[in-house]
Amino acid sequence: MSGKGPFGRLDWISVILYALLVFIGWLNIYSTSVGETSTSIFDFSTLYGKQLFFIGLAALGIIFVLFVESHFFERFASIFYIVSIVLLLGLFVFGKTIAGATSWYDLGFFNLQPSELAKVGTSLALAKFLSDIQTDIRTGKHQLYAVAIILLPAILILPQPDPGSSLIYFSLFFVLFREGFPIYYLGILIFAVVLFATTLMFGTVWVAIGLIILTLLIYTFKKASVKIPIAPVLGVIVVSILFSLSVNFVFENVFEQRHRDRFALWLSLEKDEEKLDEIRKTIGYNTYQSEKAIESGGFAGKGFMEGTRTKGDFVPEQHTDYIFSSVGEEWGFLGTSAVILLFSLFFLRLIYIAERQKSDFSRMYGYGAISILVFHYFINIGMVIGLLPTIGVPLPFFSYGGSGLIFFTMLLFIFLKLDSNRLKDGI
Amino acid sequence: MKKLLLSSVVVLIGFTFIGRLSYLQLFRFSPDQILDDPAIKKVYDYPERGYIYDRDGKLLVGNQPAYDVMVIPREVKPLDTLEFCTLLGIEKPEFLSKMEKARQYSPRLPSVLVPQLSKEDYAKLQEKMRHFTGFYIQKRSLRYYNTKSAANVLGYISEVNEWDLKNNPYYVAGELKGRTGIEKQYEETLRGRKGVKHIQKDRFNRDIGPYKDGKLDTLPQQGKEIQITLDKTLQEYGEKLMHGKRGGIVAIEPKTGEILTMISGPTYDPALLVGRQRSKNYSKLHYDTISKPTWDRSILAQPSPGSPFKTLNALIGLQEGVIDPSTRIRCYHGFYVGNTLRGCHCGGGIRDLNSGIYESCNAYFAGVFRKIFDKYETTDEGMDVWEKHMKSFGLGDYLGTDLPTGAPGRIPDVAYYDKWYGDGRWAASTIISNSIGQGEIAATPLQLANMTAAIANRGYFYTPHVIKSIGNNGKIDPKYTEPRYTTIDRKHFDPVIEGMANVYNYGTARWVKIPGIDIAGKTGTVENYIRIDGERMQLTDHSVFVAFAPVENPQIALAVYIENGYYGARYAGHIASLLIEKYIKGEITRKDLEKRMLEKTLEHEYAKPYSDEPFEINEYVW
Repeated sequence: MSGKGPFGRLDWISVILYALLVFIGWLNIYSTSVGETSTSIFDFSTLYGKQLFFIGLAALGIIFVLFVESHFFERFASIFYIVSIVLLLGLFVFGKTIAGATSWYDLGFFNLQPSELAKVGTSLALAKFLSDIQTDIRTGKHQLYAVAIILLPAILILPQPDPGSSLIYFSLFFVLFREGFPIYYLGILIFAVVLFATTLMFGTVWVAIGLIILTLLIYTFKKASVKIPIAPVLGVIVVSILFSLSVNFVFENVFEQRHRDRFALWLSLEKDEEKLDEIRKTIGYNTYQSEKAIESGGFAGKGFMEGTRTKGDFVPEQHTDYIFSSVGEEWGFLGTSAVILLFSLFFLRLIYIAERQKSDFSRMYGYGAISILVFHYFINIGMVIGLLPTIGVPLPFFSYGGSGLIFFTMLLFIFLKLDSNRLKDGI
Repeated sequence: MKKLLLSSVVVLIGFTFIGRLSYLQLFRFSPDQILDDPAIKKVYDYPERGYIYDRDGKLLVGNQPAYDVMVIPREVKPLDTLEFCTLLGIEKPEFLSKMEKARQYSPRLPSVLVPQLSKEDYAKLQEKMRHFTGFYIQKRSLRYYNTKSAANVLGYISEVNEWDLKNNPYYVAGELKGRTGIEKQYEETLRGRKGVKHIQKDRFNRDIGPYKDGKLDTLPQQGKEIQITLDKTLQEYGEKLMHGKRGGIVAIEPKTGEILTMISGPTYDPALLVGRQRSKNYSKLHYDTISKPTWDRSILAQPSPGSPFKTLNALIGLQEGVIDPSTRIRCYHGFYVGNTLRGCHCGGGIRDLNSGIYESCNAYFAGVFRKIFDKYETTDEGMDVWEKHMKSFGLGDYLGTDLPTGAPGRIPDVAYYDKWYGDGRWAASTIISNSIGQGEIAATPLQLANMTAAIANRGYFYTPHVIKSIGNNGKIDPKYTEPRYTTIDRKHFDPVIEGMANVYNYGTARWVKIPGIDIAGKTGTVENYIRIDGERMQLTDHSVFVAFAPVENPQIALAVYIENGYYGARYAGHIASLLIEKYIKGEITRKDLEKRMLEKTLEHEYAKPYSDEPFEINEYVW
């Protein structure tokens, strides 16, 4: 590890975990897309063949990133960001529409998805801005700038429409929180989400009763020495109840039926078996099928290439967004928990690396990259196993697709490159 | 805190995911899911249904191939419709409408275009089939009947309905199942077990190979052949004799309880319920509510048994010790109940057991019946004893045969009359009609035949059954090989049998003697009524006859019941004697009698009540 050259101080643990995830992902793509007549795995007319080609491209990308001088990324961060924004704007004119979303440039051999590139650009730009000696995240003005950097690409992506990718940018708030953005913002957000869900599930009355009981409990069990003024607490309760009431209004009057159906399915709101069946067949079809496929895997799974639902192609998009359902069916609980464990270890390792950076820029960029990866993983698997409503984002390193794989790899390896260089950064 | 935020989030997500996955894959998983997995199609391999043979090993029921023309609409290429229709023997509009129906059902799944082609049509079509893409011929197996008889015993098979599907998970839509008779009773034996292949499908329902390389597949298990106790020759002969007559005949081999023949008239050719015309024929038979060909009179009809029942009253009298064979009772051309005289056709005078039976004297048996009741202090006690003896002959309840239908008949008891007349408001004289087999008693021809077998065996019988052996090892239910004893001692049977033998020698059936065979029998003539549009009419009497032969070493015991056949010896007695002769000698010596019985019909009797004109009953015309 002490060697020189581009591979010298690379964090091999991360690299190995990365390679493992890519390999397992490819195995599952192979299993879902292999036909009756087995051809060579290098057959580029097949999905697994193409994915193998993309893995090759990603490897080239890694080598390219590692050979680049590490200060290059810090220096040209703004340029990356501006190029990304221009490319996103360009989609409105030159974009190619695939599956209803105008998210691609047609490069002939390859469809480029600039929202993937923009994730790298935005991470770099945010890190650059925050690490600037003149930036003070505690001032409202700079908080606003930082939020603007994050939201600009998200807003540009939203009308493609690609709400999934848009949502991903919100993960960059983790960078802000890490760097001193008031953490109670997050608390308020979580509290609002909980209120939203519980209101839909139990109704405003029960939410109000729950809040009051909770308050009473806190007052009962708090230490006598701790004084909590009563007025602000009452204020929170009143605001919460008003919010809860507004949730009902928004749900019934602002949301469209398809949104309501998704929530109905997600929070098990619909009790009528017949209507539920109808929702399962239409808007919830993917989730229903993927849950069923995962369920049918049981403890040990049906075995590699033995997944009946996978082979029968019952789960739509199963080589892209729903790839995890094939893991569930063929490898069972053993396989799915192993993959979850692998991802968790990988992320924890990366967070550990980020925290050891001496350069603020490296740490901030690292946090950005990790947050983006974690968010993808959370939304994707959460959706596939039926915990979250349907939001289309790929599973990093697993899902089929060139743009995704290459830019996730770039996102990661820029960080690993910065890390390998950490000792050279002057103290 | 802020340094740990993202790590905590990662760990929290990890736990949530693993929790959810254990719920899905460990808690909610069930290994039976393969049953409703849409990706796995089961293809069945049907074994051949077992053959049915008669007691001598003659084939009764086999199988025949049938050919359905199938179509998969999506795969159909343009074709010469006219030529194809000619080959199929259907009109073009019919062809087009069937194609449309098949397409609506499913463009991908096969539908039946023309069911059950004849062998000839199949031969013609087969050569040309390759010109018609998207069509193919599927072979199926149908029942083939080597006899036109015994439809009521053999039963028939038909496609399973929704009720079957809901109640028995074995069946899949489109499969066949035994509906009545042997086919129903021994369904699982005859059917065997279908084999199953699991085929992996994709979501467009296309085959993509065997599931798990066929590890879960099973081979079909052959249906077993069955030998039944019917005598094909006797059954066919009996059905010929029943031509134009309504009624039931059951013959039993007394020493085994095997049912030799079981006839219901009118009957139908079992082949009518096979093939393309099945449902048309079925409706025709089923909706004939006057002659009811699908109603098996041999086990479902429950008329009053009439005089054959007197033999049992005699046996009970002997067993209870209230009479002995020489006990005499006077017949005043009838007998008195209070001040009313009830008639008797025996000619009057002093009767003992022997002449009481062979002359079928009503007065004698009314006397016996009273004596039985007089022995006990209360009518209730007497009734209980009488009922117990009667029921020991297999009367008044289901016999427990191996046929899926049946009727219990009726032996009235204390409770029955208490309800009818009021508690304690009846006595032996009130119910005296039971002494001569009229009154409230009812028995099926099967019960009468069985009762006769019990007399022939001098005191016991075997539960009547139609199964003789199953498959190769031959074992049948042991309940059919265990004797069931009546409550009458063996010694009491001889005087009664002597009387029954004299029925032929000097009595009511002396006209129907068979040279060289000793028969014991008893005639019966049963008054009966019908209600049409609310009007009660008396019809010509039912003709009943029970007999067994030879008297020593009985080989056959039978009951013949002919609706509106007038007195016992007239139709029932003749038919019984012909059947006995046919069974024991193998041929008929009395050709004139045979010819008369084969040709005579009772259609004119059956038409009477529906003629809307006044009519005579019990006309003495041949």
